[in-house]
Amino acid sequence: MTNAAVHMEGQLHAPAHGAVATGAVHAKGQQHPIRLYLVVWGWLFVLSTFSYLVDYFGLQGYLRWSLILLFMVLKAGLIVAVFMHMAWERLALAYAILAPPIAVLVFVAIMVLESEYTHFLRVLFFAGPS
Amino acid sequence: MAETVLTHSGQSPARLDGWRGIAADWASDQRTFKNVSWGKAMMWIFLLSDTFIFSCFLLSYMTARMSTTVPWPNPSEVFALNIAGNHIPLILIAIMTFILISSSGTMAMAVNFGYRRDRVRTAALMLVTAAFGATFVGMQAFEWTKLIMEGVRPWGNPWGAPQFGASFFMITGFHGTHVTIGVIFLIAIARKVLRGDFDVERRGFFTSRKGYYEIVEIMGLYWHFVDLVWVFIFALFYLW
Repeated sequence: MTNAAVHMEGQLHAPAHGAVATGAVHAKGQQHPIRLYLVVWGWLFVLSTFSYLVDYFGLQGYLRWSLILLFMVLKAGLIVAVFMHMAWERLALAYAILAPPIAVLVFVAIMVLESEYTHFLRVLFFAGPS
Repeated sequence: MAETVLTHSGQSPARLDGWRGIAADWASDQRTFKNVSWGKAMMWIFLLSDTFIFSCFLLSYMTARMSTTVPWPNPSEVFALNIAGNHIPLILIAIMTFILISSSGTMAMAVNFGYRRDRVRTAALMLVTAAFGATFVGMQAFEWTKLIMEGVRPWGNPWGAPQFGASFFMITGFHGTHVTIGVIFLIAIARKVLRGDFDVERRGFFTSRKGYYEIVEIMGLYWHFVDLVWVFIFALFYLW
């Protein structure tokens, strides 16, 4: 009985292995185990739940903002690195794509200064009751 | 002719890694992206340009929100729903987030099965991805309808800073358009996969060029990017 079960299992697995093997032979490009995608998928769910809970529990101030940014960056990193396969690309491509968005951060810094200045002027000259 | 643009032509055996590799790739006086097809490289460059577009939207939203002297409407309350008598903050957006992440997961697996030349599973997973995407757009339409009924307009709203409506419609509208285009793109490629175009190397209707299973990965890049943008919108617009 046990032998039969083992035999059956072997029978069932053999073609699957064969299919994977031939698939791997033909496979070109990005090939990674399905398990990896499932793990990343799970983590994305967990991180999204965390960022939702930040709002649900009504955290405020710097704690809220830093947690939101942390979960955002972790999720973005997982998506780009694993789902979009950037972790396995050559650095020439990775840097060509990932470095230019740094310019956006410079733009953010400029606009933070600018909007604080605008806010200051509005408070100074259009100060209403608030 | 098409053979010359093959992506994975086992070129020179050993390539350098690290900084030397970057210098060698960029200075080689040939194609820079050595083991990446033009299709994939150009999709990445398109996504980079799209990154800048969405960055500009989020930046203008940040500038409006930081410089206004009127209080910004609380998104946690604006997007709350009453479900079975319970008032749950931001619940619709949370569900939309999970739907989009699930669609990214099925897309990643579709790419995997594509490279294994598993026609049926690839197409099925792509269609599941498309269904998730369509659900997302449907929920977004519901959200827009609800807000418009409550009086949100690009020039004002009942709760605070008038720029809220303009930022909301612009950012989520542009993202929803991307999802919609992605769904159409997914269905088109899934049809080709199911028909076996990439197994018999059938030539495309418009381009007359052979397709390869790599298009599933390129399509996947676009779809994951849409999910990626939502990660930023979710964090910066809805949660902030």
